[in-house]
Amino acid sequence: MSAATPARERAAAEVTVHNAHKWYGSHRVLNGIDLTVPAGQVTVILGPSGSGKSTLLRAVNHLEKLDVGHVSVGGEPIGVRHHRGRLKELGERAILAQRSRIGFVFQNFNLFPHLTVLENVAAAPVATRRATKAQARESALRLLGRVGLAGKADAYPRQLSGGQQQRVAIARALALEPGVILFDEPTSALDPELVGEVLAVIKDLAGGGTTLIVVTHEIAFAREVADTVVFLDGGRILEQGPPEQVLSRPREARTREFLSRVL
Amino acid sequence: MTESPPAVPAAGPEASPPASDKESGRPEAQRVIPLRHPWRWVLTALVLVVLAQIGHGLVTNRFFQWDRFRYWFLRPVILDGLVVTLKVTAWSAVLGLLGGVLLALARLSRSPVLRAASWVYVWLFRSVPLIVVLLFLYNFSALYSRLSLGVPFGPGLVHFKESSLATDMVVAVVGISLNEAAYAAEVVRAGVLSVDQGQHEAAAALGLPRGYQFTRIVMPQALRAIVPAYVNQLIGLIKGTSLVFYVSLLDLFGKVQTMESTYPGDVVPLLMVATVWYVILTSVVSVVQFYVERYYSRGALRTVPPTPLQRLRGGLRDLRARIALETAR
Repeated sequence: MSAATPARERAAAEVTVHNAHKWYGSHRVLNGIDLTVPAGQVTVILGPSGSGKSTLLRAVNHLEKLDVGHVSVGGEPIGVRHHRGRLKELGERAILAQRSRIGFVFQNFNLFPHLTVLENVAAAPVATRRATKAQARESALRLLGRVGLAGKADAYPRQLSGGQQQRVAIARALALEPGVILFDEPTSALDPELVGEVLAVIKDLAGGGTTLIVVTHEIAFAREVADTVVFLDGGRILEQGPPEQVLSRPREARTREFLSRVL
Repeated sequence: MTESPPAVPAAGPEASPPASDKESGRPEAQRVIPLRHPWRWVLTALVLVVLAQIGHGLVTNRFFQWDRFRYWFLRPVILDGLVVTLKVTAWSAVLGLLGGVLLALARLSRSPVLRAASWVYVWLFRSVPLIVVLLFLYNFSALYSRLSLGVPFGPGLVHFKESSLATDMVVAVVGISLNEAAYAAEVVRAGVLSVDQGQHEAAAALGLPRGYQFTRIVMPQALRAIVPAYVNQLIGLIKGTSLVFYVSLLDLFGKVQTMESTYPGDVVPLLMVATVWYVILTSVVSVVQFYVERYYSRGALRTVPPTPLQRLRGGLRDLRARIALETAR
């Protein structure tokens, strides 16, 4: 697996979150988040469960609607447009087109079980008219090679181990050549001995011209790969900075307490 | 990882598969003897005896008049009725399913107006008995044909002024389809709801177009739940078409009824003719169901279930292997 990036890959996109608020009923999940993720960098979001990290990640590709504020990817507001100084929700077609430029990797893989591994990876480029069937097939095989699963193209997802399924899911996200890929606890559903193979694939993507935002509990991975670590608690960013600062010399007592529990 | 199991020395008694029994020199005492089921054989014998008795009764009882059954079974008048049954069933099954899919989509949509309209339709047509719908439509069409007015129920009634059979056929198909759509809607909706929420999310996150999400991602998985329920519905429909007799359309059952009034002595063999034909129709549907279900289990099961033929071959192979093993000892 080489880190060499094909020339045709989309340029990495900057992700900015502007004053994000979100309520579930009376429960406040996001409480005014402002965040800038520079293009091409790896940002790891840490935080106790219920801190809003998954909601924040899902807001980036509009799987969750924000009540206040918005997210921009590559300068383009996602799911909304500015209209006379206000934010108006976009139509579904426009949102789907935006999502096809943002990769998303789920905790539970969510591969399509009735399609083969190759079909899973090749489906979206064809369905969104980015590629012909032959082109999509060819680049799907290349991507499967990149995640180390070239031999599994004709298998069905349920015939694979969890780690292999997650690597297919990553290849599926890469197939649309996104400027940013979002990982929602990509290793939390895996057996401990399978975590490494998935993290290795993500690490291989780092610095390869794609912005990566990873929600995870893997502190060692954050320390090694992240450019920035963001610590979330109670729907707010408590602190952020380079991993050696946030993970080794946290300013906040809450961060220290969290780290002592997960390490 | 799963691909490469560690190599085990071939000499280990627990490592060798049954086929290589002789070469590995596995101690015979270690062979696992599968659980025997002696009571199954007793039960099998019992069932066979009961079946033989029923068969014997059917054949020897003069009451069934098997010569008259043979006389009627392939008579053109009966086959005409069978064709009518097949036509009504096929049209209603297709139109009913189409209507059902549209109603289910409306019910699952984000539009409150569509949701409410779909709910009201299903509520209405599940509340009114099919026979009432049919008779209502029948009288309606009679009224309109006398007034030679336009088409109140869509393009289906264009054949209005053609032969009276066509009209009756259209009334029957429209009536049954309207009723069928209400039930099919719930079957389809249940299927769509059975698909994991993560699948909808993954399809949305990839930015797949709405139509593609439904036809290529959600529906193929929903069909696993839809097929058994809809086949149930379809089998009810095959038999339910006998109600069209009441709107003067002579299907299989209708023909049998008319023949019965002309030949009162043949009531029982004629009923047997209808029974056997209905059994044949539902059997064909059940066989098709097996293969359709098998097709849609791709990926859901690690291995697809064997067809009956494959199972038979496999069973024979096992038996032969066992006999060979026993004789070799």
